[in-house]
Amino acid sequence: MDLELSEDQALLAATTRRFLDAESPTTAVRALEHDPRGFDPTVWRKGAELGWTSLLVAEADGGGSVSGRGVCDLALVAEEFGRSVAPGPLLPVNVVAEAISRSAGERLRAEVLPGLLDGTAIAAWAGPMPVTADVDGDRTVLTGRIPIVEAAAQADHVLVTFVDRDGTTGQALLPTTTDGMTITPLGGLDLVRRFASIDLDGVAVAPDQRVGDDASADDAIERQVQVAAVLQCAEVAGAIDQVFTMTVEYLGDRYSMGRPLASYQALKHRLAEHKLTVETCHAITTAAARAVADRTDEAADLASVAQTWLGTHATELVQDCIQLHGGIGVTWEHDLHLYLRRVTVDRATHGTPEDHADRIADLLLGAAS
Amino acid sequence: MSTDDLEPVEDFRERARVWLAANMPPNIDAYFDRTDERRTVEDQLQRRLWDGGFAGICFPADYGGLGLTPAHQVAFNGEVVPYDMPYSLNVPTLGILAATLVDFGSHEQKARHLPAILRGEERWVQFLSEPSGGSDLAGVRTRADRDGDVFILNGSKIWSSGAYAAQFSMCLARTNWDVPKHRGLTMFLLPIHHPGVTVEQIRQVDGSMEFCQEFFDDVEIPVENVIGEVDDGWTVATRLLVHERMAVGGGSQYTSGRSVGHGGGGGDDNDLIDLLRARGLAGDTDARRLLAESHARRLVARHLVERVTGGLRSGALPAPAGSLMKLFTATNQARRVEIALTLAGPEAVVWPADAEGATEIAAGIGRATLGRQGIALGGGSNEIQRNIISERVLGLPREAAADRDVPYKDVRHGSR
Ligand SMILES: Cc1cc2nc3c(=O)[nH]c(=O)nc-3n(C[C@H](O)[C@H](O)[C@H](O)COP(=O)(O)OP(=O)(O)OC[C@H]3O[C@@H](n4cnc5c(N)ncnc54)[C@H](O)[C@@H]3O)c2cc1C
Repeated sequence: MDLELSEDQALLAATTRRFLDAESPTTAVRALEHDPRGFDPTVWRKGAELGWTSLLVAEADGGGSVSGRGVCDLALVAEEFGRSVAPGPLLPVNVVAEAISRSAGERLRAEVLPGLLDGTAIAAWAGPMPVTADVDGDRTVLTGRIPIVEAAAQADHVLVTFVDRDGTTGQALLPTTTDGMTITPLGGLDLVRRFASIDLDGVAVAPDQRVGDDASADDAIERQVQVAAVLQCAEVAGAIDQVFTMTVEYLGDRYSMGRPLASYQALKHRLAEHKLTVETCHAITTAAARAVADRTDEAADLASVAQTWLGTHATELVQDCIQLHGGIGVTWEHDLHLYLRRVTVDRATHGTPEDHADRIADLLLGAAS
Repeated sequence: MSTDDLEPVEDFRERARVWLAANMPPNIDAYFDRTDERRTVEDQLQRRLWDGGFAGICFPADYGGLGLTPAHQVAFNGEVVPYDMPYSLNVPTLGILAATLVDFGSHEQKARHLPAILRGEERWVQFLSEPSGGSDLAGVRTRADRDGDVFILNGSKIWSSGAYAAQFSMCLARTNWDVPKHRGLTMFLLPIHHPGVTVEQIRQVDGSMEFCQEFFDDVEIPVENVIGEVDDGWTVATRLLVHERMAVGGGSQYTSGRSVGHGGGGGDDNDLIDLLRARGLAGDTDARRLLAESHARRLVARHLVERVTGGLRSGALPAPAGSLMKLFTATNQARRVEIALTLAGPEAVVWPADAEGATEIAAGIGRATLGRQGIALGGGSNEIQRNIISERVLGLPREAAADRDVPYKDVRHGSR
């Protein structure tokens, strides 16, 4: 967590934590394993009342941040999600809500935003990879496949990126019931986070379904990628912080050869390294959140640096914490695997560490060299 | 003076920007230059900062400093990047020893030395480690025996960087052998060019002669030169080490501009980019990812320092958390040096006599690997930092110690 929170931010984090502890303990997470939705809509709606869906949305549209830096505020919520491996489409709903609030037309704002804000509607974000658009005058028709989309099968709307034959990108918000759109649920490691593939076969896009225009699309998509990276990193930071805390406690309580495991230097040194990893993860995530919130020149760089850093180090940390737990660590009964599932999934969705390393190299060297 | 009366940070920054542009020469990347000529240049640069009113930003105004806040120092650090600066004064003189003197020096000690340090007239070093061991700092065996108004010092210190070119030291010695190790130590302000002190230089792997060993033969130290209290040297040493971790980690409020922690040795982004281009690897996926990792590590280090120094100041983190920065600086640098070595290829180990450009960068990287572990040892080894983090940040059980609560004279020693 950011060590320099305002009072309101600290309150948001504390309220979210208390709420998740009460409404979404890991027993509740486990109970949702076979639930097709993967989250409890009542809990989600109550969370929306706490601000989970409105922090990136303009006040004029019914949203509002608590600190003036909505991305930092939302990162606090995401961190609490990680801490309790909470279910719920936090990342896609917020990315899409911000996109609508920033650049959709009147109709989408009026018809879609209120539902996202109060938690009665869900939006999926199909990410930056475009499907193909055939443009004929006012008529735009989309064809293509988006292989992995979070919450697509649970969503009412999906924000899709497309590119036409001239290389012009754009985005559209489509109902998931649109003709020609096939959504196929996928299996995956996380017990409650659902993914699906989306196939578009001649899906017609009306002008009032467009989000943003040709001129602004690339910037808008880049912004979405950055916000997604920050939210994902914040979630991972919360998750490893919790796993680390559990491990320190466990090693203090468990004895071997007449003394606590936590008194063996070999293990103490590993915990010291893990503490360092937890701190570097918080540090770079905070820096990225601030830069993305403030839209500084470093935002793209820091967002990807954070993603490569956490993506590379978080899973290793959790795996070693499992090792330090001994046999109990690889049981279904222990909660450690819930965290391992979450950080392993986070490592590879919305860009792998390698993808983000490539983005960094492009920034440093230029894409074409 | 309350902080409200101080010059606003942004005004200070603006004033510094204008002054630096008019007064300081451009940066010539001389971070690792340890020649006598360079040292003289840096002493003069420090004098220039002093004359311009920009020396000792966070040092007390009563002793020649500006009495400003860490935020002023951070602002200043942001402005000095394009200019040549007295880097080698940052560590250990300003960031470690002058900082400790602020905390524990007597009025006379501070009045005499702090302004002189800030004018660029005194270099200080630390006499802590001994031939018998550095990690067990509280186990030092150099002895100081009281004789009226003086202490008589006998023994030897080692690995003191730059002692031959310095004027003063802080020397930790044992003044009481009848109590357990931490309670019988005293910190002394010891002039280096002083009767009975012999300094010998030691050649380091990279060929440099920075390291020194000192021999003390009946060296007389006046009682006024005790820093802190007699037999309470451990308190001073602990504080000194906190400053050291801050300074080496790159988070000291007493240093201006770059010091050890800021990426040195791992190759700058620009060096690595030049290398990649020269070696035709700018389009190579593996090479690009290594470059990205090196860059990412630099940013992570920077933001870790920001987080930890902020946390130490606000009290969100306990003082020993400074070890997080020290440990990360060392392990991060090791990895960055290895990345640079990979990217540099064979020219890092064998180079043409007239190496220049990318070839010279590669050779520099090769040489940097030789001293790679230095930063993992100096200022307390990685293992000692891990002890500190686990015991004093995480609160895990202390290591069993055979010398705890034992009068020091009865403690066993090894043969090396
Ligand atoms: C570049 C550089 C600059 C230096 N500058 C100075 C200076 O200016 N002044 C000064 O006084 N000293 C200085 N030193 C010395 C430095 O502080 C010591 O080298 C360091 O503390 C280690 O002590 P040692 O060399 O005696 O190794 P030892 O203490 O003998 O340690 C040997 C190995 O054992 C490990 N070890 C030791 N004890 C433990 C333990 N309890 N638990 C786990 N592992 C342990 C160490 O980590 C190390 O890997 C410098 C060293 C370097 C490399």
